[in-house]
Amino acid sequence: MSFASECNSLALAELSSFAQTATLADVEAALARSEASGKRVMLVDFAALISPVASQPAYLEAMAQRAHELTVKHFGRVMRFFAPLYLSNECINVCKYCGFSRDNPILRVTLTVDQVVTEARYLREQGFRHILLVAGEHPHFVSDNYLRDCVARLHSEWPSISLEVGPLETEQYRPIMQAGGEGLVVYQETYDRTVYDAMHVSGPKRDFNWRVDTAERAYAAGFKRLGIGALLGLAPWRNEAIALAAHAKYLLKKCWMAQLTISAPRLRPAAGEFEPLVNMRDRELVQFVCALRIAFPEVGLVLSTRESAKLRDHLIPLGITMMSAGSHTEPGGYTGQGRETLHLTKGGRMVKPDLPMIQSEGEHATVQFQIADERSPAEVAARLQQLKYEPVWKDWEGALNEA
Amino acid sequence: MTDKPQKLRIANRDFNSRLILGTGKFASGEIMALALEASGAELVTVALRRADLSGQGDKFANILTFIDAKKYLLLPNTSGARNAEEACRLARLGREATGSAWLKLEIHPDPRYLLPDGVETLKAAEILVKEGFTVLPYINADPVLAKRLEDAGCATVMPLGSPIGSARGIETRASIEIIIEQATVPVVVDAGLGAPSHAAEAMEMGADAVLVNTAIAVASDPERMAEAFKAAVTAGRAAYEIGLAVKRKEADATSPLTGFLE
Repeated sequence: MSFASECNSLALAELSSFAQTATLADVEAALARSEASGKRVMLVDFAALISPVASQPAYLEAMAQRAHELTVKHFGRVMRFFAPLYLSNECINVCKYCGFSRDNPILRVTLTVDQVVTEARYLREQGFRHILLVAGEHPHFVSDNYLRDCVARLHSEWPSISLEVGPLETEQYRPIMQAGGEGLVVYQETYDRTVYDAMHVSGPKRDFNWRVDTAERAYAAGFKRLGIGALLGLAPWRNEAIALAAHAKYLLKKCWMAQLTISAPRLRPAAGEFEPLVNMRDRELVQFVCALRIAFPEVGLVLSTRESAKLRDHLIPLGITMMSAGSHTEPGGYTGQGRETLHLTKGGRMVKPDLPMIQSEGEHATVQFQIADERSPAEVAARLQQLKYEPVWKDWEGALNEA
Repeated sequence: MTDKPQKLRIANRDFNSRLILGTGKFASGEIMALALEASGAELVTVALRRADLSGQGDKFANILTFIDAKKYLLLPNTSGARNAEEACRLARLGREATGSAWLKLEIHPDPRYLLPDGVETLKAAEILVKEGFTVLPYINADPVLAKRLEDAGCATVMPLGSPIGSARGIETRASIEIIIEQATVPVVVDAGLGAPSHAAEAMEMGADAVLVNTAIAVASDPERMAEAFKAAVTAGRAAYEIGLAVKRKEADATSPLTGFLE
């Protein structure tokens, strides 16, 4: 049994429709249940908390207060930092919304292991002790052996190494975990099967079930942190929220020894000029974050640099427990590694780009998406201290990752 | 009954304070240092996962620099370890890096309720005691496990009152009473103490010490809350040492059955 089969038996459509029609009494009942039992808020309560009526100012404020209280109680006044390090922007999938999509004529590169180490050292100097290795899905350029080699080389300098890469088999994950990998992040992008089909035009990513069960395969291989999420902007956000919450609830039971984190990234401008199919307002994102915190008091909530500095500062007390800062979303973005091997990939083969293209792109690989918060890690850390939060760079120890 | 407060003795070392502090969740190292000072604690636990174990003075993992080694005995803990093997590995690294052979042994594989795994804890305790560690194990309030850990050579047992950070107080009272009754090592009630009254209650029950973290760290004024816990622990302990009045259901002025003897 996995979530792919389990989710068919859950009343997700009914819950999604309830998330539209819940009344103020339902919202009050959900909040009351949270106060009374703390941890035992049900999916139906979560649906009420994300409903349109719950976004009224008085109710949203009550939710924010509750979310803040639970966050401080469970996580304290601390914020954990992490940095994404892009290994490669090669990809064999065609996904309409993604800058790395195979058919986009972008400058691509896969960093060598030595180049990865150089980029990582730069991030280490900035203070980071938790790194997230990110790559497009490409079994040739980004093989499981390559990922294992990257992790093995970084292990001695990085107390915590997570990966956000194309889904693999359990047996492929195991050597990566044994080399020192701690966390595995995979976003479903959208939990709406129809939209999923339409967005993922070609490549192995077309298989919804294979992707949705990735976290379970990673757990079976021994990964200790699992990250899930939905890319907001593809399907109605309330439906995504319900499915994501159901997925989280399922994983909390099935993968009981893993620390679960949830992300709610909103689509950002990227190569391919994809326009979001649905828009999610700031108020709705705030509501979503609060509802997640109330429904899942001990789950980590992750916030990337996709959101603006101002919004990020305001989301911190509402439930965010992990942040990135100063991020680059292209391989080589921190120190210019891989610059000399930039290329286009056509039909799986590397093609030399013409000079004007390199000049216009600025001699670096193309980004996955544009970031919005451009503050340096030190600036974000200083801002956190102003907000009376302790920036925590190191919260893990490599010795815990040795198998 | 003595008229001087009794000292807490753990592994041949005396402590005046019976309040042990945890160092997680504070808004800054400075605020933590003030709370430690105000609490009067002499024993302070730190998660090794947050500390610099590289020996290179990592300024991005500087939690230990806020804990004055002259004032406090450092009690590193193995939070994050999910089994005995991970805990032992972390403990050895910690001893090397901090120089402290005292260890709060924590093994909680479930990251949500952080409930301790008794099987793995006993396994790790047996190994670490042999390696010369002074082991203070965090356990569920299980009287048999407490005795087994004592037999294994642990310096204390640290049963939980309720899950870490829950502020639910002493929900395991009946079992903790048995642990206290049977123990030949100090019993430290750890976890779940959300209010000074919870700490006082543990001390009145005869616990030798309490460990508090969340309730102080996330208070709007951690320094004053630390003082409040200090006062509660002192009061609770004094009451225990003096002997509490026995609770009765009714007033008890006469002796209806044996009064005729007077």
